[in-house]
Amino acid sequence: MSNAVSALQGATSDGIAKVTEVGLRGMIILRGDLTSAKLKKAAKAATGVAFPDVRECHCDGDKGLAWMSPDELLVMVPYADVVDATARIAKALAADHALAVNVSDARAVFSIEGAGAREVLAKLAPVDLSRKAFTKGMFRRTRLAQAPVAFWARDEDAFDLMCFRSEAKYVFDLLTISAKAGSQVGFL
Amino acid sequence: MLILECPCCGVKAEETELHGGGEAHIKRETVGSDDDAFEQYLFTRANPRGVHLERWRHANGCGKWFHAARDTTTLEVFGTYSAQTYEPPKAIIDAIKAKRPDWSLKDWQGAT
Repeated sequence: MSNAVSALQGATSDGIAKVTEVGLRGMIILRGDLTSAKLKKAAKAATGVAFPDVRECHCDGDKGLAWMSPDELLVMVPYADVVDATARIAKALAADHALAVNVSDARAVFSIEGAGAREVLAKLAPVDLSRKAFTKGMFRRTRLAQAPVAFWARDEDAFDLMCFRSEAKYVFDLLTISAKAGSQVGFL
Repeated sequence: MLILECPCCGVKAEETELHGGGEAHIKRETVGSDDDAFEQYLFTRANPRGVHLERWRHANGCGKWFHAARDTTTLEVFGTYSAQTYEPPKAIIDAIKAKRPDWSLKDWQGAT
């Protein structure tokens, strides 16, 4: 078995927020009928978190469920478990019109933490990131400058963000520039 | 800046998150259609100044297609609605007529 490494191998930068590439994370795209009890059960069994509503993400450490679109769910599990988890979900939904695919190696995941975390993202994405509008547990697919990304609020001032692995360096550089010390806008 | 609310995920998305798909409610010609009908279907599009019904895709978002009714000159948006329909729902037509009493779906279809 080859030794899997993440795109930037844990790169970090510091400024008004701390940007970290969090390393490998197991990610499964699950497409199907999100109202189906069987699908919900399979997703919950894989992660142990509550099933998310529209534009929500429920996380517990490395595990989580995120609402991607009306027929798409993102299932996050520890990287070491992802092959087994994908097989378990696929087996549970074998009789249904559903698809589970392991996309872990196509992604890069970053965490943005600190007092300026909201500003770092707000400078780059067309999203209202005020505390009132974007609350803990919310999930948003959007773009960061020119790259499609998705991010979610793990906590008030802590966000996780995922992008395509091939764009990891671009996204990391963007976040680093946006988080440069002294670059607060002070609007949020 | 054009802002449309995606009916699939509820995001009030601004233009840069969206991708325009051109005129809505086009009848697809298929086997058995004559050349004129095919030419219409493939190439002829209405480009009105004023109320227009369009297809949009929430490209940097949930990825779904939807329909939007808007004014191409003022950028006023009358509403967005599901892609799975042949005609705009009554609520959208009412919203357009409230602002543009002279507008009718028949005229718009006739112009296309």
